[in-house]
Amino acid sequence: MANADAVEVAASPEAIAARLAASCYLADDSLATAIFLAVRLGKPLLLEGAPGVGKTEAAKAVAQLLDRELVRLQCYEGIDAGHALYEWNYQRQLLAIRHAGEHEVDIYDDRFLIARPLLQVLRAPGERVLLVDEIDRSDHEFEALLLEFLSDFQISIPERGTIRAATQPIVILTSNRTRELAEALRRRCVYHWIGYPNAQREAEIILLRAGDVAEATARAVANAVQEIRARPLAKPPGIAEAVEWANAATILEKGGSPWPEAFRRAIGVLIKDEEDLSAIAPELGRIVEEALA
Amino acid sequence: MRRPQNLRPAAAAFLGFARLLRDHAFAIAPEQIASFMQAVTLLGPRSMTDIREAALATLAPSPDRRGEFEAHFRAYFHGDARPAIEGDEDDETRVKDDRGAREEEKQLARQEKGGELSSALEQLSNRDFQRDADGLGQFRRKLTSALPARRSFRTTRTRSRGTLDLRRSLSEIVSADGDIPSPLLRRRQAVPRKLLLLIDVSGSMKLHTADYLKLAHAAVQGADRAEVFTFGTRLTRVTSALRIRDREQALARAATLVDDWDGGTRMGPTLLAFLSVPRFSAFARGACVVILSDGLERGSHAELEIAMRRFSARAFRLSLASPLAGDPRFRPATAALHAVLPVLDDLVDGSSVGSLTDFILSLARPAPAAASIWKRVS
Repeated sequence: MANADAVEVAASPEAIAARLAASCYLADDSLATAIFLAVRLGKPLLLEGAPGVGKTEAAKAVAQLLDRELVRLQCYEGIDAGHALYEWNYQRQLLAIRHAGEHEVDIYDDRFLIARPLLQVLRAPGERVLLVDEIDRSDHEFEALLLEFLSDFQISIPERGTIRAATQPIVILTSNRTRELAEALRRRCVYHWIGYPNAQREAEIILLRAGDVAEATARAVANAVQEIRARPLAKPPGIAEAVEWANAATILEKGGSPWPEAFRRAIGVLIKDEEDLSAIAPELGRIVEEALA
Repeated sequence: MRRPQNLRPAAAAFLGFARLLRDHAFAIAPEQIASFMQAVTLLGPRSMTDIREAALATLAPSPDRRGEFEAHFRAYFHGDARPAIEGDEDDETRVKDDRGAREEEKQLARQEKGGELSSALEQLSNRDFQRDADGLGQFRRKLTSALPARRSFRTTRTRSRGTLDLRRSLSEIVSADGDIPSPLLRRRQAVPRKLLLLIDVSGSMKLHTADYLKLAHAAVQGADRAEVFTFGTRLTRVTSALRIRDREQALARAATLVDDWDGGTRMGPTLLAFLSVPRFSAFARGACVVILSDGLERGSHAELEIAMRRFSARAFRLSLASPLAGDPRFRPATAALHAVLPVLDDLVDGSSVGSLTDFILSLARPAPAAASIWKRVS
C-alpha cells in the first residue's frame, strides 16, 4: 500500500483536483480520479495522449502536490540498464585500489555506486516520484525490464544483493502512443487517456499558464485552436503551443500589430509543419475573425 | 452467471461487466478485475460516473475502442438497448491456428504408403528441382542477413569496435592484482527483426497465391523468426506447415489447412481478427510486416483503415505488395488504398516472385514513405 502521507493528501479525487489547481495544473475529474486511484491502490499511473496535452506537466504537478522530488527517466531508443538502474564508478574503483596499496578495500561500497533514476527512487520512495517519460520510444527489452521493476519494486545488484523499496514508490509513465505498449505493462497500471480539453477549459489553462494575456485573448485563442484541431493536420497543435501562441500574439500586439494581424503573424509558434501551414493559410483569417467575434 | 461462493452479491455486477467485456475480445486480466473492484470501493461509489471512471482507469480499454467500451457500459449498468456493435458477433472472423494439424499429419503419413501417391510426389519434386532456378534458394540463404536488425539489450564480447567493458576489465584487473592488461571490449548484439507475411488468398489473387506460398516457404526456412498467415474471408496460420523442409510437402499441407481458397475478401475484418489475438499481434510488434494483397476491399474500407493503422503502430515497417502495382499505369486511386497509403511504409510491386524477393531483401535499407513516392508519381 502507499505510504501514509500520500494517502492523507489523496483523500478524495476532489481534494486532488483542488491541490493540482493550486500548483497551476487544471485536471478534469477523470484525471483526478485516475491519480487518486493510482496513489491509493499503489499502482503505477500510465498517461497516454497526443504530444503536447500536458502529460509530463501532470507528473510534475503530482510530484508538487505530494511535496516530493520528481526523478525523471527520459526514454529513448537504445536506453539500457546502465542508464536506468545503476552503474559502478569504475574510475573511482581503480583509484581506490591504487590508493589502498596493501590494505583491503571494498570496491563495491556505496560510494562507488552511481544510482540511476530507478535506483534513486527505490532508495527514498517516500521522498521521490518517478516519471518514466515517453516510454513508447524505448525498446521492447527495456519495457520488459521496467515491467519487472514495476511489479516487485526491487533491483538485484550481483555484487550487493537485492535492494527493495521500503514502501511502494509512486510511479508515472507517459506515452505518446507512437507504438503500442505491451499488454502486460498496461495491465499493471492505472490508465488514463488525456485528450484535448474543450474551449472553455483551454482558455482557463491559457490564462493560468501564459504570462500576461487578457481574458478575451485567451478565449479567442482557445476557440481558434479548437477550430484548427478539427482539421486533418499532420501535427495538431497541443496545449503548450496554444499557450505560446497567446503569448506571442500578445507581444506582437504590444509591439503595434492590430489584433487579427498579430494572430496571423504569430502562427509559426502554433503550427510547425510546412504542409499544415499551407493547408491552413487560406482559412486562417476567417478562423481568427470568428474566434475573436 | 457463474459466481464464486464468497463474493458479495453487490460485487457480482462488476465481475459480470468484466466478463462481458472479455466476451467482446477486450483483454482483461484477473488482477485488473480485482483493482476495478478495489477502485470502486475506494471511490464510494457515489455515482455511476465513479464506477465508469474506475472502469476506465483500471480496465484500460484502448483509446481506439473507447466508444465500444462506453456502449457496453451503458448497456450493462444503465440497461440501455443492446449496443449495435453486438451485431458483428455473428459474422465474427474465424481464426484458425494450425496447431490442430495433428490429425491431418497422420492422414498424410498414411496416404504416402500408396504407390500411386508416392510416384506423384516424385514427379512434383522433379518440378521443384527445375524451379529452383527462380532464385528462391538464394533468397533463403540471404534472408537472415538481409532483414533489418535491431540492437539487442545484450552485449557480446568483441575484440574491436566496441565500448570498454569496464565490469569485465575491472574483475580482470582485480584478479591480476592491480596490473592493467589489455582492455576488454563489448558491443551490443544486432538481432534480425521478425518477418510477418500476410497472404491474400481471395479469388482476385488466384494467379499469385501459389507463388506467394513458395516464397513464404523459403522465408520460413531462411529466417530465424518468420510467421505466415493467409487471409481471405478467414485468417489461417500456416507457419508450422511451412516449416517442413520439403517444399511440395509443405505446400500440400498448407493447402489442406486453408479453407477459404479463391473466395471473397474481407481484408479489414480478417486483419483486425489477427490483431485481436494477443500472441499474433505480439508477433507483429517491432516486426517487418509484408502484406501480399491487391488491396481490393469489398464494401466499406473503414475497418481496413483501422487495421492498417494499428499494424503500423506495432510494426517496424509496414509494406503492401500488390500485383497490380507491377503495371506502370497503376496509381493508388481506389478509396481503400488511398485511405491506407499514409500509414504504409512501402507500396510495391508484387506481381512476380523476383520483384518480391528483391524487395524483401532490401527491407533493411531505408526508403521514403509510400505516400511521398506515390504523390510524386501521380
